[in-house]
Amino acid sequence: MTAAPGHAPKISALSMTQSIGKMMPLLLVPILVVLGFLSIGSTSSWLTLTVSGLAMGMMIFIMASGLTLVFGLMDVINFGHGAFISVGAYVGISALLALEGWTGAPSLVLNVAAVLAAVVAAMCVTGLLGWGFERVIVRPVYGAHLKQILVTVGGLIVIEQLIQVVWGPDEIFLTRPEMLKGAVTFAGAAIEKYRLLAVVFGLALFVAMRLVLKRTKIGLIVRAGVQNGEMVEALGYRLKLVFIGVFVAGSALAGLGGVMWGLYQEVITAGMGEEMMILVFIVVIIGGLGSVEGAFIGALLVGLLQNYVAFLEPKLALISNIALMTAILMWRPQGMMPVVKAK
Amino acid sequence: MSDPILELSGVHTDIAQYHILQGVDLVVPRGGVTMLLGRNGVGKTTTLRTIIGHWQAKSGSLRFNGTHITAMPTPARARLGIGFVPEDMGIFSDLTVEENMVLAAASGPLEQARLEWIFSAFPPLRTFWKSEAGNLSGGQKQMLSIARVMAEERQLYLIDEPTKGLAPAIVSTMAGALRDLKTRGASILLVEQNFAVAKALGDTAAVMDDGRIVWAGTMAELAGDAALQERLMGLSMEAH
Repeated sequence: MTAAPGHAPKISALSMTQSIGKMMPLLLVPILVVLGFLSIGSTSSWLTLTVSGLAMGMMIFIMASGLTLVFGLMDVINFGHGAFISVGAYVGISALLALEGWTGAPSLVLNVAAVLAAVVAAMCVTGLLGWGFERVIVRPVYGAHLKQILVTVGGLIVIEQLIQVVWGPDEIFLTRPEMLKGAVTFAGAAIEKYRLLAVVFGLALFVAMRLVLKRTKIGLIVRAGVQNGEMVEALGYRLKLVFIGVFVAGSALAGLGGVMWGLYQEVITAGMGEEMMILVFIVVIIGGLGSVEGAFIGALLVGLLQNYVAFLEPKLALISNIALMTAILMWRPQGMMPVVKAK
Repeated sequence: MSDPILELSGVHTDIAQYHILQGVDLVVPRGGVTMLLGRNGVGKTTTLRTIIGHWQAKSGSLRFNGTHITAMPTPARARLGIGFVPEDMGIFSDLTVEENMVLAAASGPLEQARLEWIFSAFPPLRTFWKSEAGNLSGGQKQMLSIARVMAEERQLYLIDEPTKGLAPAIVSTMAGALRDLKTRGASILLVEQNFAVAKALGDTAAVMDDGRIVWAGTMAELAGDAALQERLMGLSMEAH
């Protein structure tokens, strides 16, 4: 066989500037944490706010991770995602109320088991709901963004109303499981136990998602499908099945996020998912469409910034995330780590 | 012709309001290289995309190994053994070369012996095995696109302009790889504008014009008849 004559490619290391440019999104979180420390001054306040910001960011990431994959892989703008957050919260909290014996017991094992049971119940119901939503509402409007927005917003409203039919129109207040109440003191800072649990949950999910996406064939198919679905099909993979799987997984993750957020806020309402969608969309956009890593970094930035600004200048807290999105889009118009730039 | 691997009968394909294929009748024999030739815009790429299923034929029939595939979705056609290299190469640029190749072996893990054969054809792929495919040069990307279709045994290879825009040295690498594929008994339907490559590789040829096959025969017959080339494609192979 003929090889290219004299073709001896060389690989050289990236220059310092290129390396920093590539790593910059990853450096933003530590830079923000350091800036927070310098601005706040008090170590204990900074530590409390940082853990709070990380916990908030992790929960937003859980809610946003599924949406970014649905956006990237299926090119679907799903405003109905917020409904899965609300349904997840209601199902999960109902499960926790039914497991009162476990949540009220002064046992960390039983308390965490109750939360896990609630999470599994929420994910099963929202996954199933996502499957139906994809078949009935999303499938007829593939490729038509305007119609997608209209029908998924319609779906969101219908599901919110159904929540009110099933669980009633009033908000539901709840208390966290016994051992997850209160705070631990570390370096003079009071850190809520539940926030630590949320950080652990979010980190575990991020690591699991990365492993699936980077180390498994199904992950490879999803990543390739985000870039060029037509070519993935030409290699023999049934991308429609992968679409459905990703939609179901994304809906289940939204349900998981709903349970976590409900426990964080200690109150749930039918409209809570819709309210969260603003932050979720900001995270998906600044992270870069289709990028789980981008969504993770974006969510941490949003969580940390909101907490720091709320402490330093409360009046600016509401606009801090919009300002962050504006700044990042001016720097990288396609988000920090876009995957679907070729589309 | 006995036992063709692919038969298209009266295939019509529309893209939006455009009627691109207007009754394509094409027979691809088993084994060897069939060149699909013709001027730009006559429907060669659309023919390949209709065969793999990216465009659905509006009417007519497609038979692969005797099986009707006209209404089959793309993944099912690929699993029957049809490999496709699109004109734009279809590289997954954010995946590494290795990941592109692993994905291409849809029916199981990559065979080491096959991989060594691919590396012998395209040495840069070994060098850049762990690099992102998006960082490869144009020629290396084209090598990867061909290597990907070679990652496992296919019954029919659909390859769209593999030498387009490449330097002569890389063209010779491509032609060498396709020749090797051919000697292994592969059936290849190749769209190619480079007549030197077409002449060197082709066993049979079909010429398209206005969305139809207007001539079919052996490549030698076409290569030896300058007047025919002039009439069918507006050029003479003597010029190449």
